[in-house]
Amino acid sequence: MSTLDTTLHAAEHEHHGPAKGVGRWLFTTNHKDIGSLYLWFSLLMFFIGGCMALMIRAELFQPGLQLVDPGFFNQMTTMHGLIMVFGAVMPAFVGLANWMVPMMIGAPDMALPRMNNWSFWILPFAFAMLVSTLFMDGGAPNFGWTFYAPLSTTYAPPSVTYFIFAVHMMGISSIMGAINIIATILNLRAPGMTMMKLPLFCWTWLITAFLLIAVMPVLAGVVTMMLMDIHFGTSFFNAAGGGDPVLFQHVFWFFGHPEVYIMILPAFGIVSQIIPTFARKRLFGYASMVYATASIAILSFLVWAHHMFTVGIPLAGELFFMFATMLIAVPTGVKVFNWVATMFRGSMTFETPMLFALAFVVLFTIGGFSGLMLAIAPVDFQYHDTYFVVAHFHYVLVPGAVFAIMAGAYYWLPKWTGHMLDERMGKLHFWLSFIGVNITFFPMHFIGLAGMPRRIPDYALQFADFNMVASIGAFIFGLSQLIFLWNVIACVRGGQKAEARAWEGAEGLEWEVPSPAPYHTFVEPPKLPESLR
Amino acid sequence: MSTQADNWRLVRRLILSCVLMFGFGFALVPLYDVFCEVTGLNGKITKTGPVALEGPDLSRQIKVRLIAVHNEGMPWEFGPIDGLIETHPGEMKQTAFHAANPTGRRMVAQAIPSVAPAEAAEYLHKVNCFCFEQQVLLAGESVEMPLLFVIDKQLPEHIRSLTLSYTLFDISPEVSVAEQAEKEQTL
Amino acid sequence: MMVRTIITTIGLGLGLTLYSASAHAEWTVNLTPGVTDVSRSVFDLHMTIFWICVAIALVVFGVMFWSIFHHRKSRGAQAHNFHENTLVEVIWTIIPLLILVGMAVPATATLVKMYDPSEAELDVQITGYQWKWRYDYLDHDLNFFSNLSTPREQISNEAEKQEHYLLEVDRHLVLPVGTKIRFLLTSNDVIHSWWVPALAVKKDAIPGFINEAWTIIDEPGIYRGQCAELCGKDHGFMPVVIEAVSQDDFKQWLVDAQAEKQSQAAAAERTWTLDELMQQGEQVYLRACAACHLPTGEGVPGAFPALKGSPVATGDVAGHIDIVLNGKSGTAMQAFRDQLSATELAAVITYERNAWGNSLGEAVSPAQIMRLLEPSTGEAEQ
Repeated sequence: MSTLDTTLHAAEHEHHGPAKGVGRWLFTTNHKDIGSLYLWFSLLMFFIGGCMALMIRAELFQPGLQLVDPGFFNQMTTMHGLIMVFGAVMPAFVGLANWMVPMMIGAPDMALPRMNNWSFWILPFAFAMLVSTLFMDGGAPNFGWTFYAPLSTTYAPPSVTYFIFAVHMMGISSIMGAINIIATILNLRAPGMTMMKLPLFCWTWLITAFLLIAVMPVLAGVVTMMLMDIHFGTSFFNAAGGGDPVLFQHVFWFFGHPEVYIMILPAFGIVSQIIPTFARKRLFGYASMVYATASIAILSFLVWAHHMFTVGIPLAGELFFMFATMLIAVPTGVKVFNWVATMFRGSMTFETPMLFALAFVVLFTIGGFSGLMLAIAPVDFQYHDTYFVVAHFHYVLVPGAVFAIMAGAYYWLPKWTGHMLDERMGKLHFWLSFIGVNITFFPMHFIGLAGMPRRIPDYALQFADFNMVASIGAFIFGLSQLIFLWNVIACVRGGQKAEARAWEGAEGLEWEVPSPAPYHTFVEPPKLPESLR
Repeated sequence: MSTQADNWRLVRRLILSCVLMFGFGFALVPLYDVFCEVTGLNGKITKTGPVALEGPDLSRQIKVRLIAVHNEGMPWEFGPIDGLIETHPGEMKQTAFHAANPTGRRMVAQAIPSVAPAEAAEYLHKVNCFCFEQQVLLAGESVEMPLLFVIDKQLPEHIRSLTLSYTLFDISPEVSVAEQAEKEQTL
Repeated sequence: MMVRTIITTIGLGLGLTLYSASAHAEWTVNLTPGVTDVSRSVFDLHMTIFWICVAIALVVFGVMFWSIFHHRKSRGAQAHNFHENTLVEVIWTIIPLLILVGMAVPATATLVKMYDPSEAELDVQITGYQWKWRYDYLDHDLNFFSNLSTPREQISNEAEKQEHYLLEVDRHLVLPVGTKIRFLLTSNDVIHSWWVPALAVKKDAIPGFINEAWTIIDEPGIYRGQCAELCGKDHGFMPVVIEAVSQDDFKQWLVDAQAEKQSQAAAAERTWTLDELMQQGEQVYLRACAACHLPTGEGVPGAFPALKGSPVATGDVAGHIDIVLNGKSGTAMQAFRDQLSATELAAVITYERNAWGNSLGEAVSPAQIMRLLEPSTGEAEQ
């Protein structure tokens, strides 16, 4: 009875395409529509957060205070961090998952389409609320994206309450997204698609989704405790009432460190899809990739205190967290070796997605090395809270996560739009971004080692030269993202027709459906192609 | 349809784990206290109240430094009567802090103790301390606040000096200027 | 073609970096080896780890670029069909593990050295304030605040920046060389972090808690550092300056510092004219108050109240004195009774009551403040 019902429904669906007008986007339950919404939203946030970054770099172009006052500078660093982490990188990954996961596993849609709609539409409200704090009395949150108490509680501007609710909403959205992805991957795989045949992008996202479910509630918990301290007279983090400001850091980083991997694991997945395609060779060490991802995720729960080596942890604690952190280098190394081995004896071509993926491998590895250096506790006392740390995490997040997202976007754009990309413009975007990123962030290693603390609006004269270089690089990188916007719009509007298998070496179910992908795909479970059987 | 049922079972489990993890976030607060007690992290003092003395260990001498810290907006005069105390493990020591309220209003304060090095915290046993309760001083009033402590004989050999700090926080109930004026009038 | 582009890019990046570096005489691209035994161990460890990373990078990127060059389709490369090799995968799991063990050994040794619990000869309490440091020489009944001394005109680009721009303070933390010094760190408000790179000491100052660090400085000299933990608006403007001197000079400095304290007390006793107070008051105001209330006395709406025409600064003088001496709970207004001398307090209050169009014409005398500062010691004895 019910089987008949679904077939009827499915047949009905096949006949009608998307609804017309704004309603299509507001009420859509289609994974492709929602994926597009996520991606456009994250692109918008990327530009807003990017403008804030450029404001920061413009102020730091020269020593002295020129453009903004120190209070506003702190608001900029805080908002830049929050918007990039929660508004740009995470929604972009969810967008890619929405588009690609059902097509990769042969499912007709996400498992919970209505929840999918809801989890997207919370986000614009969350960020509207967050951004509106900029116009409030006392200004936006100014305590850094890590919002350490008591600077974010007793000493916070009144807008902190809006910030807390915005974080709650983002958290709910992420959790619903994660639940949806887990349900889709576990329950809607096409017949014959066993777990160890899943494309790596699905594997890394599955593990990321479990991380999200484990730590986003902890973030919600920590901001709730803040809320109670601020408004209801509790003393979780207030020493005067028997609380402890250091407790805040422990709880925050218990969320924060897995969060770092939430922002990089899907990137590993994207790169693991792209490199085999353009090397025309299967991914080397598929199984070890899966195990490495899982062990990174597990280890991420045991290393949080390496963010707080200077708070005064007993020797045994410092040693434990140092060793655990160093251990993460092993599975991460395995991943890099596997990518290199995939390229080795392949037949490589260098289209735009591949260029971004290769840059990812090199620059992420550089970020990994500085991460290893930061793990060494006695030396971390010198690096901690300097520009060396800023250089490190921007290397893993910008040419890491962001480059992977761009690689993914270029890789799958033909599938989404039905048009091939203008390669010349793609390459121009890549080279300007690549040069810009390195000019921006490489000198930060030097100024950090030379002793410049992070989050300062003005600096001593010996840091002036490299800061100027970094600011120039930031503007090169920032402005070249307009080319990306142009490329995406051009690709949506027209261009050379893309074939079903848009790239010569591409393997997987998503390349079996026509380009652009029809509004409904895999209404009937597909037969797996030769390569996956 | 079985997929639908599977989905809901899975979703229920995942939502339950979210709720559990939210609870776990709060559970970290007491867990952290336990953790601090075991490792001495952060120098929180957990041992208080009466203690049975077994006679001091005269072979070891421990320097205890007492320091007083004012938290923001705390105008009280506040300091140890004796900044440096020599003691033996197992010996009961009595000392005091002096405090005075120089302002024209009644104020309530809470002193928060902390020990460095943190690993010594679990061996510092406070028999009686002014930090156990809130201190109330009227305008211009001053007081001597007693402190009675013992250092446990189990104190690791390599610790020969430790610091006990008290940070004084102003926890006077917020009184608006208007209310204050009204009160003064009725008096 | 591809490779040439890559090489040109890297060359361009490097060239730009080197050009800008050579344009300035005092460019630094690395950690300081510092002036203590610990800081030198830290530096050596840093360099060891760095070179190991460079070596690994050369191998990994070497293989990668070799493949990119030789195994490209345009050179007619055919894809080989291998995608697993258990032996290779085990080897490249174990080798990094061994390298990590090799790194962990010296790292642990250095860390243990940093936690050396032996007795210190000098105890200095360091308290972080928004946005200055207070130093207490615990055995010498001596304490003072150390404020940024870079003039505001340099920060706002109205005057040329001097050599130690933003790394200079009005009073140095004077320390003896060759002496084990223990720092006891805490905070008055939010979390700060006290950092001097040359000593390799960075420790958080946490309100309500006490933290320990130690150092033995080998060479006399001036060593500069900064607050490393975001602590609010002027986080970038609270430097640390240490003046390391010989042990004899340190003893002499202690004597001089005590004498100065006496003479300051004496100065408060004499009569001051309104002009004198206004003049000194302006200096004190710019140093201690202008960060929040702004040099124009206009404050920051929603964060810091204006003094210009405010009810406190133009109202009852006792209320004004009370708020400056004792602060205001629940706000960023600190208690300045310990931070400033009686003369400075009198001067700054006088200044606030007579500047920016607040024209009360009355002077608050240092002697008057002096009496307020020392009442209760007598009562306590009773």
